Amino acid sequence: MLSFESPVITPWHRVPIGVKLAVVCITSLLLFIFDSIEVQLFALSICSCLYVIAGRVFFKAGIKRLYFLWPILLIILVWHGVTDTAAQGLVIALRLVTIIALSNLMTMTSRLSDMLGWIQCVLKPIQALGVNTRPVEIAIALVVRFTPVLIAKGGALRDAWRSRSVKKGNWRIVFPLFLVAIDDAEQVAEALKARGGTLQLTDRKR
Amino acid sequence: MDRNVVFIALFAALIAALGYVPQIMLASGVPVTAQSLGVMLCGTVLGSKRGALAVLLFLALVFVGLPLLSGGRSGIGLLASPSAGFLIGWPVAAFVTGLIVEKVRFASITVVASTASIIGGIVVLYIFGIVGLALGLDKSIPSAAILVVAYIPGDIIKAVIAGLVTAALLKARPQSVLSRAS
Repeated sequence: MLSFESPVITPWHRVPIGVKLAVVCITSLLLFIFDSIEVQLFALSICSCLYVIAGRVFFKAGIKRLYFLWPILLIILVWHGVTDTAAQGLVIALRLVTIIALSNLMTMTSRLSDMLGWIQCVLKPIQALGVNTRPVEIAIALVVRFTPVLIAKGGALRDAWRSRSVKKGNWRIVFPLFLVAIDDAEQVAEALKARGGTLQLTDRKR
Repeated sequence: MDRNVVFIALFAALIAALGYVPQIMLASGVPVTAQSLGVMLCGTVLGSKRGALAVLLFLALVFVGLPLLSGGRSGIGLLASPSAGFLIGWPVAAFVTGLIVEKVRFASITVVASTASIIGGIVVLYIFGIVGLALGLDKSIPSAAILVVAYIPGDIIKAVIAGLVTAALLKARPQSVLSRAS
């Protein structure tokens, strides 16, 4: 559940993540510098082509991931329509869609392990300075491991509430959920300590 | 050290889990998600530095593509969206909220934590959010501010809930509320 990979393997999966990231950053920058409507339209059509190349299933999945933008786009277009700056509104809207579609493309075609590997690359120079980055790595692993656990526990708490009350207990489960998480945290901390702690693990690896 | 790392990680996971608590609709029709409540609680429970780190960890994972934000949004593209200012403001909001809870000890924890959440989670956060909105949508600061006014009542409710939950946690697990443990 914790990944946003594309439903199909595409040619873009083979492109190294560093390259994809660079393309997204440079394109975004260029789109902000050259803000004519022609350039924005051109960029969006190129971006659509990238999706089309990856196939129909991928294209559909990509469109689905852009749905959340529609209220923002509506606000932009209505605002600029009312204030008589429709052209400018169109440029902003087009740029927004292109940049987000492009970065979605990167996210969808990169495996989680590649992404996390990239984080490690970023951490390496910091490591070279003599800072122990092991705690960061452990923290990332813990988040990935515990998010589904806490979502499940939150769901169980909500079910327990629903089976006893006719009212919706949305915010009322926040306290027990935090209590559960705090108790989990204390236990995991004890377990980590028993295994030598975050700093010890690095020494052993070396 | 170990304990801090685990608490930071689990609170980052908590913010994600709160994204799955169903949205509440205010009378005005504005949806309220629980994730910004999570940000406030990171500050009030973990304190300034740990709270900010937990939020930063959460955001880092969102930006590399984990679908942890409510609605399953993720990816570096969020930084280009008009609401990016709010995301950037989150760690600062948690820091300020935590700092106030750590320093101010003369009033009851409920009042302190609620007030801290209002100052950090609303005042500070909205400054970032409104500036981001103004830049992203090419608007003046006042007109961007008008767009977010509708969200303030919901956030005040969240700040009060954050205060109540913090007080309850301090009663139930006094040693685990790190902002007040020392």
